[in-house]
Formats: sequence, structure tokens, C-alpha cells
Amino acid sequence: MTRLEATFARLRGRGERALVTYFMAGDPSLAVTRRLVIEAARRGADVVELGVPFSDPLADGPVIQRAAMRALAAGTTMPRVLETVATLRAEVRVPLVLLAYYNPVLAFGLKAFARTAADAGVDGVIVADLPPEEADPLAAEAEAAGLDLIHLVAPTSTPPRVRLIARRSRGFIYVVSLTGVTGERQELPPDLATQIRTLRLVTTKPVCIGFGISTPAQVAAIGRLADGAIVGSAIVRLVEERAGSPTLVEDVGTFIAELKAPLRAGLGDPPQTPPPGAGLGDPLQTPPPGAGLGDPLQIPPAGAGLGAPAQTPRAAGAARL
Amino acid sequence: MKRTLPDAQGHFGRFGGRFVPETLMAPLIELERAWTAAKRDRQFQRRLAALLHDYAGRPTPLYLAERLTEQCGGAQIYLKREDLCHTGAHKINNVLGQALLASRMKKRRVIAETGAGQHGVATATAAALLGLECDVYMGAEDVERQALNVFRMRLLGARVISVEAGSRTLKDAINEALRDWVTNVRTTYYLLGSALGPHPYPVMVRDLHAVIGRETRRQTRRVLRRLPDVLVACVGGGSNAIGLFHPFIADRRVRIVGVEPGGEGIATGRHGASMSAGAVGVLHGCMSYLLQNDDGQIATAHSVSAGLDYPGVGPEHAYYRDAGRFEFVSVTDAEALEGFEILTRLEGIMPALESAHAVAHAIRLAKTLPRSKAIVVGLSGRGDKDVHVVAKALGKAIG
Repeated sequence: MTRLEATFARLRGRGERALVTYFMAGDPSLAVTRRLVIEAARRGADVVELGVPFSDPLADGPVIQRAAMRALAAGTTMPRVLETVATLRAEVRVPLVLLAYYNPVLAFGLKAFARTAADAGVDGVIVADLPPEEADPLAAEAEAAGLDLIHLVAPTSTPPRVRLIARRSRGFIYVVSLTGVTGERQELPPDLATQIRTLRLVTTKPVCIGFGISTPAQVAAIGRLADGAIVGSAIVRLVEERAGSPTLVEDVGTFIAELKAPLRAGLGDPPQTPPPGAGLGDPLQTPPPGAGLGDPLQIPPAGAGLGAPAQTPRAAGAARL
Repeated sequence: MKRTLPDAQGHFGRFGGRFVPETLMAPLIELERAWTAAKRDRQFQRRLAALLHDYAGRPTPLYLAERLTEQCGGAQIYLKREDLCHTGAHKINNVLGQALLASRMKKRRVIAETGAGQHGVATATAAALLGLECDVYMGAEDVERQALNVFRMRLLGARVISVEAGSRTLKDAINEALRDWVTNVRTTYYLLGSALGPHPYPVMVRDLHAVIGRETRRQTRRVLRRLPDVLVACVGGGSNAIGLFHPFIADRRVRIVGVEPGGEGIATGRHGASMSAGAVGVLHGCMSYLLQNDDGQIATAHSVSAGLDYPGVGPEHAYYRDAGRFEFVSVTDAEALEGFEILTRLEGIMPALESAHAVAHAIRLAKTLPRSKAIVVGLSGRGDKDVHVVAKALGKAIG
């Protein structure tokens, strides 16, 4: 079992959801990134994603674009990111996932990248512009090195693509919540619950939702749908705002603790196939304080199945993909 | 040489493909299907042919540049006059086809990227013609350099969005157009202007520009009673070049030469010659040769011509370069400016600075070949848009 799989299994067992936090490696410097990751792990992040800066981040909104430019200006390179991970591995036990664009990975060399990353203690890699159709060469090297190659599923993914992605993705499945680039949004997309339900029909792998998730309330809503919530731009923006402040690391840590709070124990297993009509139309509402844990979506018995949560039988006539 | 390229996933050998965020995969597959269907749709083809003929002004002439030929004292130089197309460049061929396709797909909004502004103007033109909403992304630096084209686009009813990110040039405009497309993919058609990007764009753009090469075959057969000996065209992304070259790929006796922007010289590092000085990588959805550093970060291209100011090249060019079918050379800014002046003075034709690169190399080449040989130069656009750049380079003020 890889570190990612073990993490999600452990959280499921405790009825918890994962908080996945994203930092742009090298923003404002790799030394600070290192401190931020340690603080994140201490304050409740269950998985940490490290963005590898790229000159042309076409899947990213302005906040992460700016962070990438700052990181590149500070001299961040793939080899230096991997060295940083190697030093971090001695300090933190959380799974570390790189989020990269394909060209810097290609330039490093696929085999060399997979080996060096795995040796450094990287657990998984997400490549924003590498759909499964193009991923075979990297997937082969990643598998040989014991690195989880995580794929993304989008709102536009057709049913056959959802199946393909669910089958290929390792570690977890990254659900892109909206059609768009990374960045904070006021509201979560209304069709998110449907999207997750569709995905749950074809996989038991952990599902994490990212893009547009920035507040504890939104994280709480995600916690009722998925195994984990991924927060990127909101954290990166905080790093941008507080860079240079002596309280940067602490402030980010406080924010992460706030994000993690609604995901802590008592959520039961993540809903697999939710019962029809169970308030799916309203996953966006902020739960009243202390009341979020009794959500009707969950399939209750806490401790019901570590790692392999009981999948409720498919409702008769459930849409087949 | 196989003519069945690319494969089902859009690969030309190891080049091309679809390297995009998952959000765009299904839309690209849908686009590919729509394009395949449109190609077989007679009504679509008739409408496109009529527009190319009556609106764009095709066929464009194949003109024997006699005084230029005489001056060089070697091979005959013919110009394929894409500069005479409506809007002043070959770009309209592709734009009319894709705008018709957008309408056929019931998309009411088109977006485009533009460098020099030629593709933006062409897209704005087609959008005006077909009643589509049109937003054009343009690097902030290009907006400053090409104020005239910005104003033309606005007159045509398009919105021009200045891109401040990154190097503020064409590559950043493409990033921003892709971000818009990712966000609005259900309602918006991305009208890409060069023979690059994710599949099916390189194929679609090539198919739509192949009319250049097909006409050239017919015209040289009539004039020369045979095919030309050499084809020369400038290559930024490579759309006019692949349009001219593609119908001749199987004719092994026709030499095919792409001319890249040498900028201030390859040795200076300030150029746009991705074939001569780049390495294989992935940018904007396809694998090809790119200007990049050792860490895989994309470099900033440089060329006096904004239309060639791009750090990559179309994947089909990369494939035929590796296969030994296409040759690539580079021409510096200074040589291109010289080509511009020579053609203007000797033939009364002011070429776009992009096309002036091809002219400059054709002059070089003609001098080394006997009079019995014929060179066809893809004169991809007219130079009015570049007059202020030329004036500045010559150290003269306009007016």
C-alpha cells in the first residue's frame, strides 16, 4: 500500500476527510516552502501538493500564475524542488505530491524524474496537461519507481473518459470541480454532487475535489461529498500577501487549521452511492456550527470498513456509465 | 513516406498529440468529429469554396518576379501571392473554414490569439461576416507594437484583450485563450491561428491552408509544364508553410525549405529558430521543437516580425524535419529587412516581414541555382502593417 493509499484508508477508518493543501514550491523561496509544508502537516494537512513552477501554466488562474513567476524568478527548478522534498521527508510523514506541467518533467527525463522523485520521498505526481491518452510513457516509469500518477477528471469528461481516468488514476482521483482554471470562487458549482455520484458508480478509489475551494464552509461542503478537499489558490494568495511578514508561516498554519476543522472525525465513510433525493441539490450550504456531521448523505456506521468502505449496492436502475 | 499521418490521437511520429487539461479533452474530440463531418459535408465545402473565391479572392496569383530573378542571376523566382488575400494575408483561408465550422457547431462566440494581429484581424473579419461574437487575446507588448491592427479588430466589432502575463507576447496570448476556452468551452469556439496546438488543430489548419499548395501545383503545371524545384516559406508556427508544402510532400523531387526567424543571430540567443536551436518538448497542447532552457521552461522568442515571434513550431513540420523531408534554415532580422527592401524596390511588392524571411532566403538560394530551376516563395502577407517597424529599423520617421 502506498503512502497515499494508507493515508486515505486511515482517514476513512476514522471517519475523517483529507485536507489537501497546495503550495507553489519556491514561492517566496524553497526554504520558506519547506517551513510551510512542515507547518501545514502539523496543523492538519493530510496531503501536501507542491506545485513545480512552469513558465506557461495554462491551467492556472492569476494567483498561481503569479506564484509560479515568483518561484521561477527565485531560481526554482525541478532538481531543486526534488532536493527540497528529500530534506522534507525526514521531517514530515504526510504524503507529498508534485503538481507539474509536462514539459519540465520531460526535460528532466521521464525515467530519471520518476526515480529521483521516488527516492526523494515524493508519493504522487499530477501533471496538469497530461491526459491518460498521453500518459503511458510516464505511467510506466512512475509505476516502476513506486510513484502514484494521479489523473484528473473534469466536468466535461464523458462517461467513457470518467471510467478510463478512474481506472488509470493511482493514489486518488482528482476531481476538477468546475470548467475553468484554478482560483477562488464565491460558490461551488451546483452540479458537483452529481459529478461525484457518477464517479462513485465506477470507482472505490479515494476522490478529492479541487479548483475553486477556498473557505472552511466550502471545505465542509466538500467533506460531505468526497474523501478530500484540495485548497490551492487561497493558500497561495495568503502566502503572497504575507510574504516577508514574520508571521507568514504561523498565519498559513492557522488558516490550514481552520480548513481542516470541518473535516475532522465523525463524518463516517464518504458517501459512495448516495440515496436518491438525499438533499443533493444543496451541498453548498454551510452547515450550522456543530451540525455538519450529521449530514444525511453519509452512510453512517463509523469504523465500517477500513480502507475498503462498504459500497452500497447500486440502486436498481441506477444510470450505468 | 506515409500519407496517413497523423494517427488517431493526432501524432506525427513522436510529435503532435493532445497535451491539455482534462477539461479540454472531450471538447477536442468533439471538435475533431465535427471537422471530419464538415469535410465530408458537400454543402459546407461548397460554402467554404464560394467564400474563398468570392470573399477572400482566391485563387491567388502565382507571379514570376522577373526583375528579382534577373537581379539574382539564377533560378526563376515565383511568388505565391497570399498577400493579395482579403485582410492581407493567408490567415483568412483558415479563419473562414473554422468560423464556418463554429457556426455549424452552433457556437456563437469565437476566441482567438494573435501575435502581429493578422490572425486576429482575419478572425474578427470572419466573425463580422458570420455574425459571431469575437474576443481576441493579444500580448500587451504586441498590442503596443501593432496598434493599427488592434484598431482594425475593434472596428470589426471584436474585443481585444491585452495579456499582461509572462512575456506579454504570442505565447502568453495562447495561454490566455486556452484559459478562456477551458472556462467557456461549452459555448465558445477557439479559433486557433497556426498549425499547432492540440489535435485536431494542426491537421485542421493544414487542411484549410492546403489550398495554397494545391493552387500552386496547378499553376506551376500550367506555367512551367512541371512542378517547381524548390518551395520556400517562412515558419513561425508554420501555417502558411504547411499549406504550401503539404500537397508536395509525396513529390520527392520538389525541395521543401522552411525559413525560421534568426532574429539577431542564432548565436546571440535572441531568435525564434526552434528547429535550429530548440529541443523536443510540450507546449500549448502538442509535442514539437521548442525554445527552452535545461529545466524545461519555455524561452522567449525574438523576431523583428511579430508573427514569427513564437518559441515553438507546428508538429508536422517537426516530423518532416526529422524525416529529412523538409529542410530548415534561418534568416536574421537584418536579412529579412533587406529582403523587404529588395522586393519593394524591384517588384513594387511590399511583403510582410514574416514573408520577407522567405524572400531573403529565396534570393540567397536563387543565386546558387541555374536559370532552368524554379523556386516558389510563399508570400504569406503584405507589409503595410510593418511599415513603422521598417521605418524604425532604417532609422527613419514616417511622414
